[in-house]
Amino acid sequence: MQRGGETVLSLEGLGKSYPGVRACDAISLDMRRGEIHALLGENGAGKSTLVKMIYGLVTPDAGEMRLDGQPFAPPDPNAARRAGVAMVFQHFSLFDALTVAENIALGMEDAPPPRRLAARIREVSELYGLPLDPRRTVGTLSAGERQRVEIVRCLLQGPRVLIMDEPTSVLTPQEAEILFETLRKLAAEGTAILYISHKLEEIRALCDTATILRRGEVVGTCTPAETTAREMAELMVGASFAPVAAAARETGGVALEARGLAAPAPGAFGTPLHDLSFTLRAGEVLGLGGVAGNGQDELLAVLAGERALPRGMLFLDGADVGRLGPQARRARGLATAPEERLGHAAAPEMSLTENALLTAARRKGLLRQGFIDWAAARRFAEAVIDRFDVRTPGPEAAARALSGGNLQKFVIGREIAQAPRVLVVNQPTWGVDAAAAAAIRQALLDMAAAGTAILVISQDLDELFEVADRFGALVGGRLSEIRPMHDLSLERIGLMMGGAHDMEVAHVG
Amino acid sequence: MDLATIQPAILIASLMVSSTPILLAALGEMVVERAGVLNLGVEGMMITGAVSGFAVAINSGSPALGFLGAAAAGAALSLAFAVLTQFLLSNHVATGLALTLAGLGLSALVGKPYEGMKAPTLPKLDLGPLAEIPFLGRVLFSHDVMVYASLALVAAVWAVLRFTRAGLILRAVGESAEAAHALGYDVVRVRVLAILFGGALAGLGGAYISLVRVPQWTEGMTAGAGWIALAIVVFASWRAGWVLVGAYLFGGVTVLQLNLQAAGAAVPVALLSAAPYLVTILVLVIISARGLQGAPAALGRSFHASG
Repeated sequence: MQRGGETVLSLEGLGKSYPGVRACDAISLDMRRGEIHALLGENGAGKSTLVKMIYGLVTPDAGEMRLDGQPFAPPDPNAARRAGVAMVFQHFSLFDALTVAENIALGMEDAPPPRRLAARIREVSELYGLPLDPRRTVGTLSAGERQRVEIVRCLLQGPRVLIMDEPTSVLTPQEAEILFETLRKLAAEGTAILYISHKLEEIRALCDTATILRRGEVVGTCTPAETTAREMAELMVGASFAPVAAAARETGGVALEARGLAAPAPGAFGTPLHDLSFTLRAGEVLGLGGVAGNGQDELLAVLAGERALPRGMLFLDGADVGRLGPQARRARGLATAPEERLGHAAAPEMSLTENALLTAARRKGLLRQGFIDWAAARRFAEAVIDRFDVRTPGPEAAARALSGGNLQKFVIGREIAQAPRVLVVNQPTWGVDAAAAAAIRQALLDMAAAGTAILVISQDLDELFEVADRFGALVGGRLSEIRPMHDLSLERIGLMMGGAHDMEVAHVG
Repeated sequence: MDLATIQPAILIASLMVSSTPILLAALGEMVVERAGVLNLGVEGMMITGAVSGFAVAINSGSPALGFLGAAAAGAALSLAFAVLTQFLLSNHVATGLALTLAGLGLSALVGKPYEGMKAPTLPKLDLGPLAEIPFLGRVLFSHDVMVYASLALVAAVWAVLRFTRAGLILRAVGESAEAAHALGYDVVRVRVLAILFGGALAGLGGAYISLVRVPQWTEGMTAGAGWIALAIVVFASWRAGWVLVGAYLFGGVTVLQLNLQAAGAAVPVALLSAAPYLVTILVLVIISARGLQGAPAALGRSFHASG
């Protein structure tokens, strides 16, 4: 790996304020040719504001940037791209209804005519081991393939600085390894790469330097290979926190069983579920892994009762519950918490008390002859807030006003406090800071120890290693064989998740 | 009943004339919706175009100036919609409905002095020997310039959306405003331009009713053509070619049922009058049920760049 290249991009005292928040404050960093530079930090630490400033989406209100020693202040992303800065986004930058070639053309300054562009896409994607068919509609691609579209879009412009925002959150471990090969080739060719991730092991393996942000400020730099993941995590959080500990526990009878569960795709770009079978015992945590978009949301919807199932597919304590709606399933002890917090798990404009009432009304007896018992609802919301350390002014705060991590603690806590027989959670710690994530995982383990059957659907394999007893992978709406977690290696799990599909290691060099 | 009085050549020729207003309005609205904006004010913009075109043509003596004035008036009314929805982030549906009500009221007020007057109409285009071709000459080459202009616009809109970068950007904005913004495209500008284009075309469609088809001004003379145009956009799956099919189908059945009524067909008049609506919706539902293409993903959703 090269370390000694000349400085390409330097940031000096960069700052940006939003009403009430200093998102970035006096951030300085230098990126050299051929360097892979990690940007680390919790959610809300200012990483995305910082890269948006480099990419011209946000104008800094203090400090300056220099590209090759020249002042660099891109007014918009077009200017940034012309100057040689490219970015692979985590969300929001592909158009489902357009083809691969059209999507790529939109991200280029002067796109060649379609036929030449298609040929260039094939050429570059072969060169870097990222095969793509330019005529495919993006909405039909897997998460990994979509990311290839974004990367190829950047590569076609021969960027000097490449920004990658959490690129591996949608990849299997094998796909991630191939991505790292591609990035190392690019770095060897002289591209400076700014790599945002919160996967610390991955940063240790890939990056030359790391800059760590907390609350909008640089709190440290380190050489990842020489620093432990735990040290980096503590720098990010600014405190040490207790590791999650599982208590020994015994499993009881089968609480939830799926027999050949199947459901058609809910929409044009949804995933159909095929022949899923599993059993979940009381006191057990079953982890379902898989890359985003392989049926996780669809599975949660049929387990929660948002979509009804035909007879004979889903059993709670031996009784067929497939045709029951969410309220009836909750009343019998099947609680669920979906991935999307605002708008799915919680109604954004309603208060925490009202949100608590929405799922807990029956089980916690918050209704009296059909009328709401506001005092009891408020007490229940307060109990959840206390028990799960939700930072909020009080139960009357609107759900929208809470930070992601705090709202997540609230919506998971709301289900846990109802003491369900079975709890199904999808991405329980997505976008939650490390300390809160540890608290949520600990709460899940404590519940299992108390005899609840828990199904955790997650894309975070480290999380599943921490909490799950058994593991299965969702691939294209199907479920792999379910294996005890302690028998599995990361590599084995990657293969269960579909391996590297048709990707291959870069041909360059 | 005497079906012999219905001559196919005249029938087809008149269906082209009777379809042109809806075709223009629907084509404009299709572009607006492909940019992710739902403007339900088509009826209001058409009637505004109808009265403005009529007034300008009477006062200037030139139908060409009348059409220009109608396009400008339609665009001006749509600008109000653009400001409200794109800058003040008002709800698309409510604003569009208000636009229709405003257009209907405004046109009635402006048009009062012009009732009962006769406007200079568009001459038939002299295509020389082409018009002499038997049957085809009567059907295709005996129209005024707006009929050809509307067909040329269909081809132009299709080609721009499919082959040009501007068209690609417009579709991208309609698919995901956030993504287009992240790539550095000015979502609001693209949408405002699309809204103005849709307003101008709706204005032209309205003027075609008051200057060519009728040709005089009566209050509320668009009689729901704007709503039909909106329905055609949806059932045509947001494709220029199918918009043409839908508009001509509606116009065709309208002309046919009038001919059938005149020929004394033994079908209730109410059913005949409803036939254009029923047939158009039925055919287009069958077309769209084949799942050619869904709605633009960001249709009707306001966009505000944060940060």
